[in-house]
Amino acid sequence: MAVMEYIDAIRLAMKEEMARDEDVFVLGEDVGLKGGVFTTTKGLQEQFGEMRVLDTPLAESAIAGVAIGAAMYGMKPIAEMQYSDFMFPATNQIISEAAKIRYRSNNDWSCPIVIRAPIGGGIFGGLYHSQCPESVFFGTPGLKIVAPYSAYDAKGLLKAAVRDPDPVLFFEHKKCYKLVTGDVPDDDYIVPIGKANLLREGEDITVISYSLPLHYVMQAAAELEQEGISAHVLDLRTIQPLDKEAILEAVKKTGKVLIVHEDNKTGGVGAEVAAIIAEELLYELDAPIMRLCGPDVPAMPINPPSEKFFMLNKEKAKEAMRNLALY
Amino acid sequence: MTQSGSVRQTFKHNELGLSDEQAVEMYATMLMARSFDERCMLLQRAGKINFHVSGIGQEAAQVAAAFALDRENDYFLPYYRDYGLVLAAGMTLRELMLSVFAKAEDPNSGGRQMPGHFGSKRLRIVTGSSPVTTQVPHAVGLALAAKMKGKPFVTFVTFGDGSSNQGDFHEGCNFAGVHKLPVIFMCENNRYAISTPIHRQVAGRISDRALGYGFPGIEVDGNDALEVYRVVKEARARGMAGEGPTLIDAQLYRLSPHSTSDNDLIYRTKEEVDEHRSKDGLPRYKQYLIECGIWDEEQDQALQKKLREMLDDATSYGDKAPFPAPEDTLLYVYGDQDGKGGQA
Repeated sequence: MAVMEYIDAIRLAMKEEMARDEDVFVLGEDVGLKGGVFTTTKGLQEQFGEMRVLDTPLAESAIAGVAIGAAMYGMKPIAEMQYSDFMFPATNQIISEAAKIRYRSNNDWSCPIVIRAPIGGGIFGGLYHSQCPESVFFGTPGLKIVAPYSAYDAKGLLKAAVRDPDPVLFFEHKKCYKLVTGDVPDDDYIVPIGKANLLREGEDITVISYSLPLHYVMQAAAELEQEGISAHVLDLRTIQPLDKEAILEAVKKTGKVLIVHEDNKTGGVGAEVAAIIAEELLYELDAPIMRLCGPDVPAMPINPPSEKFFMLNKEKAKEAMRNLALY
Repeated sequence: MTQSGSVRQTFKHNELGLSDEQAVEMYATMLMARSFDERCMLLQRAGKINFHVSGIGQEAAQVAAAFALDRENDYFLPYYRDYGLVLAAGMTLRELMLSVFAKAEDPNSGGRQMPGHFGSKRLRIVTGSSPVTTQVPHAVGLALAAKMKGKPFVTFVTFGDGSSNQGDFHEGCNFAGVHKLPVIFMCENNRYAISTPIHRQVAGRISDRALGYGFPGIEVDGNDALEVYRVVKEARARGMAGEGPTLIDAQLYRLSPHSTSDNDLIYRTKEEVDEHRSKDGLPRYKQYLIECGIWDEEQDQALQKKLREMLDDATSYGDKAPFPAPEDTLLYVYGDQDGKGGQA
C-alpha cells in the first residue's frame, strides 16, 4: 500500500495493464516523451516503446477512429483526449461507431476501447479547458462511463475499463490530479464497473454524486455532523450504466436526497437519477428531490469570480445539504 | 489449354498474374453483383422490399480490386455500394438476401441494419455504419494493429467521391501516412454524391490529395478491370513491404440512381447516363475475355441462367427466413450482460 496522487494512480493502472497484456497500448497527443500535457503518461514510452505509447497527429476523430479499428482487430487501446473539451470532434466516432459496433453487428464484432479524458474546472482553464461533457455521452447505450473521485478508484476503475469488453469513457477530473491523494494498493485489484460505492453511512439525508464534488460533500458531511445532521453519501463511480439498486437503497435509507454534479443542471446525469427515484420511490420521499449542479451557461468563464461562481465547493454543498435536512 | 507444341499467347491478365480461370471467375463475380443489384431493384418495385441502394456500374472495379488482395488474410472496409467487393470476399447471395429482407440469420447485422451495411468477422469484412467515411480511420487502426503485431495483411477501404471531403478521410490518410501503415484507400469516384456532381464536391483531383499526406495517389480508369487489378496489386505490395499507404481514385460512373428513393433525371440527363453506359466496365471486361478466347456467348448465357437460379434460391430463402424475435431488440448492447440485454 502506498499513498499516491490521483494522477499517479492513473499512470500506475496503465503501466500495470501494459505490462500484463501486450495488446494494451496508449495513443494520443503528446503522450510520448512529454507524457501528456498533465504528465499522466510520463515514463510509459521509455518503458514500453514508441509503438505502444504512440504520439498521434493532432486529430481527435482519428485518435478515436484508429483506436476503434485497432480494437476491432483485438487490441486494447487506451486513447487519451488531451482535454474532454477537445473530444467533440471525435463524438461521431464514439457515438455512431464505438457505441454501436457490437449491437449493429449482432454481437459479431466488438470494440473494447478506453477513452480517457480530463474533465472539469477550477484550474483557470476558461470555457474550453473546464467542461464536463458527460451528459453529451450519457444516454447512449453501448457506452460505459466512469468517473472516479479517489486515487484508489482511479486505478481500479481504469484497470477494469481496460479489461472491459466494451467501450468505456474514463472521465478523470483534472483538479483531482494533484489535489487528491490516497492509499493505493500495489496489488492487481479492480473496481467493478456498474457498481456504486457507499462512502458514508448516515440517517438524515442522502447525497448522490460522482467525481470531484464528492470531496466537497464529504467535507460538508463531516462538518454537518457537528450540527447534528447525519449524511448518507453514495458515489455513483459508474455513471453509465447507473447502479439503480444502490441508488434506490441509498435513498430509502433517509427519504431525502440531494444529487450533486459539476456538469450543468439541465439534462445532466442528476436528471436521470432523479427520474429513477421519482419512478420507484416517490411515496417514500420526505422532501422534494434536490439538485446542486453547475449553472446552465455554455461553459465556465476564466475570470476568478466567475469560476468561483460556477464551481461547486464545500460551502455550497453544506448549504444545500443543510437545506435538505431542514426541509 | 492450347494444343501441345503450339505457342500459347500471353494476355494482359496472364502478365498481371491472373490465370485464365481466375480471370473468368472475376467476371462471374462482377456479373453476380450486377444480377443481385438488378434483382433488388425489381424486388423493390414489386413491393417485396422497401429500399435498395445500388452500385450498378461499379462492379468491375470492386471485384478486380478484391482479386488483387489476399482474400484469406486482408481486411475489407467496404462502403454501401460494394456488393461486388463483399461477394468477392466470400459473402453469398443468400447472406446478402437475408440482409435485404432484414432477417435474423443475416450475418451482417442479424436484420438490424439497412442493406448495404456489410460486416462479417469470418470474412474480415469490418462492420460499417451510415455516416459516411467513418470506416477510413478504422482501416488505419486495423493496419496499425498489423504493424504492431507484425501480421502480414493490408486493409482495403473504399468510399465515394463525396466521402473524400470528410474529416475522417483526411485524418485517416494523414495518420496512415505518418506511420507508414499498410492501408489501401480506394475512392470509387462515381461522379455524384447523391445529386451533387463531382465539380461541386472537389476543385482538384482526389488522387492529388495523397501528395499532402506523403504517399502515392493514383488515378485509374475504374471501368478497366485489369488496370484496377494492377494498381491495387501494386498498392498491396507497397503496403506489405512497409512502404505505407496508397490512395487510388477509381474513375467510374454510377449508372443507377443513388437509391430506389432517388429520381436521378432531376440532376442528370438520360444522354449523360447513356454515354457512360457505353463505357461500362462489366461488358467491356466480358468482351476482353471473349477476345482472349477464354469466354463466349454460350458460356455467358449458361452463367446468366445459373445466376438467375441462384438468385431465385437466395430470394426465396431470404423471404421465407424468420425475422428476429421482437424481444431480441434488447440483445447485445454490452458483451457482459449474461444474455439479459438492454432495458425496455
